[in-house]
Parts: sequence; C-alpha cells; structure tokens
Amino acid sequence: MSPPVPSKILTDDVSLLMVLIDTNPHFWSSIKPHFSFSKFLSHVLAFLNSILLLNQLNQVVVLATGINSCGYVFDSSSGSVSQRAESLLPKLEEFAENDESLSERDDDSGNGVGSSLLSGSLSMALCYIQRVFRSGPLHPQPRILCLHGSPDGPGQYVAIMNSIFSAQRSMVPIDSCVIGIQHSAFLQQASYITGGVYLKPQQLDGLFQYLATVFATDLHSRNFLRLPKPVGVDFRASCFCHKNTIDMGFICSVCLSIFCKHQKKCSTCGSTFGQAKTLDPSASQQR
Amino acid sequence: MADKQQQVVVKRARHKSSVKDPGTPGVLKLTKDRFTFMPNDPSSPVKHNVEFRTIKGHKFTKDGTKQALLNLTQDQGGNYIFEFENFPDRNVCKDFVASAIALSGEAGRTVPEKSAVPIQDEQLSAAEMERRIKLLQEDSDLQKLHKQFVIGGILSEAEFWATRKKLLEQNYSRRPKQRVALKNDMWSTKPLADGQSNRVTFNLTPEIILQIFAEKPAVRQAYLNFVPNKMTEKEFWTKYSRAEYLHSTKNVIAAAAEAAEDEELAVFLKQDDMLVNEARKKIRQVDPTLDMEADEGDDYMHLPDHGLPRNDNKDVLDSQYEPYRRSFSQHLNQHAAVVLQGRVIDVELGDTRSVAEALARTKHAELAKDASDVYLDKERLERISRMTEIEDLQAPRDPAVAPLSIKDPRDYFDSQQANAFSTLGDTVSGAKQLKCSVSTREAYCSLKECISEIKFQGLTEPTINSEVAFKVLNGLAQNISSNKYHLGRNPNESVLDSLPKITREELLLHWSSIQELLKHFWSSYPITTKYLLTKATKLKDAMSQIYPKLQEIKESVQSDLRHQVSLLVQPMLQALDAAFAHYDADVQNRSARSGERPNGF
Repeated sequence: MSPPVPSKILTDDVSLLMVLIDTNPHFWSSIKPHFSFSKFLSHVLAFLNSILLLNQLNQVVVLATGINSCGYVFDSSSGSVSQRAESLLPKLEEFAENDESLSERDDDSGNGVGSSLLSGSLSMALCYIQRVFRSGPLHPQPRILCLHGSPDGPGQYVAIMNSIFSAQRSMVPIDSCVIGIQHSAFLQQASYITGGVYLKPQQLDGLFQYLATVFATDLHSRNFLRLPKPVGVDFRASCFCHKNTIDMGFICSVCLSIFCKHQKKCSTCGSTFGQAKTLDPSASQQR
Repeated sequence: MADKQQQVVVKRARHKSSVKDPGTPGVLKLTKDRFTFMPNDPSSPVKHNVEFRTIKGHKFTKDGTKQALLNLTQDQGGNYIFEFENFPDRNVCKDFVASAIALSGEAGRTVPEKSAVPIQDEQLSAAEMERRIKLLQEDSDLQKLHKQFVIGGILSEAEFWATRKKLLEQNYSRRPKQRVALKNDMWSTKPLADGQSNRVTFNLTPEIILQIFAEKPAVRQAYLNFVPNKMTEKEFWTKYSRAEYLHSTKNVIAAAAEAAEDEELAVFLKQDDMLVNEARKKIRQVDPTLDMEADEGDDYMHLPDHGLPRNDNKDVLDSQYEPYRRSFSQHLNQHAAVVLQGRVIDVELGDTRSVAEALARTKHAELAKDASDVYLDKERLERISRMTEIEDLQAPRDPAVAPLSIKDPRDYFDSQQANAFSTLGDTVSGAKQLKCSVSTREAYCSLKECISEIKFQGLTEPTINSEVAFKVLNGLAQNISSNKYHLGRNPNESVLDSLPKITREELLLHWSSIQELLKHFWSSYPITTKYLLTKATKLKDAMSQIYPKLQEIKESVQSDLRHQVSLLVQPMLQALDAAFAHYDADVQNRSARSGERPNGF
C-alpha cells in the first residue's frame, strides 16, 4: 500500500483508475484484420502513462480478464517509485500463459467467440477499491474502466448485476469502452446504473483519442464536463414465453414474470392463474 | 290576529322611519324567509317586502317602556322600525324574527359549499364528505382533476375516489384523535386550610369526582348506595372530605375512633375491598413462566437487607387499627393505573350519579367478560406448557412453506441480449456473429506474440495519426452537442425546466389527466356489462379530446424547443394510440360477433 498522503497534497481530482483489459484470445484473433492486440496495447499503455502524468498522486491498477481466470497485472503504487505502464507487459505474458494452462486440452475450433470472465475482474476491482476505502479518510477517488470486446456471457448475469449494485452502493462509477463488434447489454446497464460513461468507439485506430478525451476525466471534473451519453438503454420487458419485446402483457403476481398471452399456469414459479371473467356474451349463448 | 302556526306570524304594527316618527299603521306578516308590511292605506308608498337574508340583527325596547318597538337592522345600515300595540305581540314577533334570522344565516353559509360537491347517488356520511372536501382543498392538482372529470361528467364521484382510498384514509387518520386525559395530579383533593379560622375547604369539580370514582370503587359503590337514600350529595361529599382530612393527618387512631362512631365514614376510612379483589385477579393473570437468565440485578446477597425494601417507621399498632392504615404505595399504584387507562366512559360529567353508574357498569362488564372467559385459563395453561419446553431438546420444526422453483435466469437474459442489439440499431445482427476459426492454442500463441512484439519494439510512434485524432474529436464533439437536446438520464437538468412555464403546466396537467383516464380505461376491460361499455366510451371520448390538444402544444412551442417537447409528448400520444386501437378492435369484435348471429345458427 502507498504511504499515507498528507492532506495538503490530496486535491479533488486525484483518481484511482482500475482498468479491466479483455484478453480473450478468441476475440482478439477474430478481430485481427481490423485491430490487433499490439496496437490496442500501445494505445492503452500511452493512455495509462498519461493518467499517471496528470497528477502525481494518481494511481492506476490494471486487471486482465481472461477466459479461465483474472489477475492483477499492474499496480502503479507498488514499489517505491511510481512505475511506468510498460512494466505490465511481462506480467501480462505470464498471465496469458497461466490462462492457457487452465484451459481444457481439446481444440475448440469454430466454436464462436466465448465470453471472458468480466464478473470475476469486476469483483476483484471492487475488492481492491474496498481496501482503499478502508485505508483511511484520505484516498483518491476510485473508478473502474472496462475495455471489453467479448460478447456477454449469460451465465454471468447474476454475478455481474451483483457487482454493479455493489459498485452503485459504494458510489464507484463503471465506465465502459466497448471495442468489440456488438454492443454489450451488461456494460450498458453497468454504466447506466452506476453513473459512468458508456462508449463504443466508431474508429478503433483512434482509440487513444477516445480514451484521453472521455475516460481520462476524473470524477470531480465530471460535474462540469459534458461527456457522451448513449442514446438510451433498452429496459423494455420481453415476454418469457417467446422472448419478444412487448408493451402490454400479463404479469404473474407471485414472481413477476411476464407473458404476452393469457396462460393457465406460470411457467416460472408454477402458480396457477385464476380464470378471467366471461369474456364475451356469445360464449354464454353457445350452450 | 295572530296566526297560531309557527310558520307565519301576522300582527298589526306601525312602521316608523325613526323612533320619533308617528309611523304608518299597517299589517306586518312574518314568514320563515321574509317579512312583508302592508299599510292600511293602499295609497301609502310604505310597502316593504324584505328577505331575512339581508337582516343581520334585531333590537327591541324593554318590556314596560313607553313604546313596544322592534328594529330590524341590515348589513348596509338600513333598518326597519315597527311599533306594536302591546308587548306580548312584540315579543312574539321578536322571537320569530330571531329564529328566522338564525335560519337564514345558516342557509346562506351552506349554499356555496353544496355547489362544490355534485349530487350523487351513493349514500355518504357527512364525515366522508368532509374528508373529501378537505382533501380537495389541500391538493390543488387533485382539485383540478376532480373538476375536469367529475364535474365534466366523464367519471362519477365513486369511480374517482375508488382509486384514492388510501389518500382518504391517510387524511382521516391524520386528524388528531386525542382526547384530554385524566389529570395526573394526585393531590388535587388536598384541602385548603384556612390558617385563621378552623375551616378546611375542599374543591370538588366534576373532573375530580370522576377521578375519585375511577380510583376508589368503594367510594363509588357507597355513593350509589347512600345517595339519595340515606344522605344528600352534599352530605356525602362532606363525609368524604372529612375522611380525606383524617387521612391527611396520618392519625390512624383518630381515624379509627371516628370510624367507630360513624358508619358511613367508616366506609371511606377502611381499606377498599373491591380494589383488593381486582388486584388479586390481576396477579392471577401474570405469566408465571420466567426467563431465568441471571444477571447483575439478581445479586442480592451483597445488598443490605437482601434488597428488600424496608419501611423503618413501621409502628406496631394494635390489630384493630390496621384496617385504617392507608398505604401510600397502594394509592399511588392505583392512581397510576387509572390515569394510564384513560377515559373509560363517555358520559357528561355534570351528573354525578350517572357517572357513578356508568363506571359501575363498565367494571361489571369487565368482570363478566373475565368470568365467562373459559378459554383464558386454557390458553394460560397452554402458554405455560409451551414456555417450559427447553428449546435445545426439541426436534426441528419444518417450515410451513412450499418451495419456489424459479427458472434459470440465463434463459431470460438471452432474450434481453437480442433485444438490446436490435434496439441499438446495430448493423451486425445476431446471425453475423464472430467466428473464431482458430484453435485455442493458436489464439493464445498470437496473443503472446503481440505482447512480445510490443516488448521489443516499444509503442508505435506516433501513438495515433493526427488526422484520425482530429476526426475522432470532431465526432465526439458532435455527438455530445446533439446529446444536449436528447432526453438522456441527466440528474442535473430536467428538460421540463427549460420549457416556458405555461407549456410545462399544460403538459403536466395533460399528463396527469391522461394517466387518470388510462387507468380507468384499462381497468374497464374486458367489457362484461353495459355499464363498463358506456364508461369505456365516455373515457375514449375524453381522451380523443385531449389528443388534439397535445398536437397543438407541439406546434405552439418555439422552434428550438419543439424537438424536446415532441419527445415529451411522444409517449403520451403512443399510450393514447394504443388505447384507441384497443377500443376500436374491441368494438369491431363486438359488432362482428353480434352480426354473425342472424346469419349462422
């Protein structure tokens, strides 16, 4: 942990930036023609160094999100002197080795791009932030930046929502910069709920500019800076039976699951629904 | 010429413009709401026909003076002076006028209130009406809605208030239901000793009497027995006061002596048997099971006297004096119990006897209830047996709940993902997913290669192409400035605030009316009765009236605000459209169904 900071030096704009880098090898090889991992790394490293230059007391911590594990690869406050971001490279290599060794032996070719363990790295980032909170009243303001590209894994839904809510409670904004092809519903919700910024850059070779313009802003400055906002988060409900988005439907009063048509029994919790009142007069005439 | 009916009074009188004026003779006719004066001489211009509403007061001369005058005064300063032939006549008229003025005064006041609340079919109590009126007065938005719909005839009162029951109840419960409690002043019966003479004065107000009866049932019983048979009320209270005085002197022997002489006095001086019985009953109801957890309070070994309270000035008296000793702690306990119980009866305090009887009745009712409560004993035994069970030695009880089986949340999430993509207008649909045709091993290899590439070559120089950077900056700036007019989640600024006040008010009013209408509209489906059908039609008509108003607002607003306003209005229009569509579909269905019948059998 860093030595205690005298209060005179700790100004409003000191930030602790937790960066979560997506190191899903499948994703990176699929995106290879457009954008390579090395280019990505160079943009990110330049960005991290510039964050460290903004303020003497800024801290940066980098976590790698693999497909089998997550790990810390860089902590600027470790060691007596603040380190440059390049020192994360050997650690990153180690991490990739480790991740590979954890994956199963059989070849998953043509399987589509799997998802990386976003929930794991979010939780680790939040734990680090909690430790910083408990170190005393004087600490930099933490925020999380997710550089993510892999598709969302439905199995992580609950875990990610939990980490989002705990981030919301600790008032830690989660910024998202999506470098993949498609938008990420998880990260949209994360940024919306925690009050962070969600951005999907149009031009990936200008990534550094995006990072420096939008994501380098500290929390204090965000009060008076205007940052890009997404058009809207889709919170519309979809029915459980057909997965269509609906505006009007039936809701089970026990478990709140949504159906587009009247059903006899709720498929989620098994409670039987009561009969609707006689619908049309002609039905009674049919006797 | 007095008409015996109370509705009309006719008397001969003279109308005078002033006291000195001899006056015009004529006939004065009084009815409930007006009075008329017709002079005997038809050609005289002195004719009056005045409503009592305008008359504010009346003055009259005293009986026995020279003239029997009645002066009816108006608000604006005018007055009508009538002289009667004799005083009885005048008095009859005076009384009638008084009641007529009072009546018309009330009527004037209640008329405007009635117009605020329309006539309805349901039976409402006055309290309920009051509550509603109060609620309407407090909340101006609610009043606007009420005026718009109920007075406009679109919704009925009952429907309007049916969804607001909670508001009414809340209002009702907010009114303080406090009643004045009994005084906690135990020494109110202390006599005022007059230092100079040997008289001691007691002040007994009805309140004090109520308290005495509540605290001392023996006194109450004695009152019911003695008064008015053996002594008057005054005597009773004198004896009681004497007894109190004797107690206050703490002279037990003197008390005993007096009690021996006077039988009635003895009642007041002795211990209260009824209280004793009550206390015994209460003790029996105490839960005998205790929690035997020991704590510091249980350490009585080290306290003097083992912690037992000791009354050191306990004089040993003869047993014959014991009944006359008054115990302060008993009195205090009883007093406290009565004060905490509050007012048990609702009888007027003036009549002592009725108070005593009412208290006696309540006590009887309590006793009867306890006596007849067979289950009380059974319940107590059950409770005791339950408490004496030792928890550790019992078998675990199954929770009486049915397990809830909830589906895998992943299934739900899958659908959300697809929706999120489709709404974000992604060019890449779900089908065109990324295909990784490379094996895992190869993928990792390339990853590690990239890392080592950077390690050896260093960061690319320049990090970013200047043209690209410029393009990015422009794009971001445009995005941000266009977002400024977008409705996004912005906790600092609300779009509504930037609109002119009138527009904002209108929009909010329309929004709340649409909410109300839609609520009632959707709740009336599925339509099963004719009543619901007419209701739905009425609501639909009201909604179609609001629809063009919304369009108007959109147009009327300035051009730079138009986009925001249209975004605000959009969901309202959509909701209305959905309702209209549903209504039309339903109407079509109905007509199709009813049209089918003559054709096919």
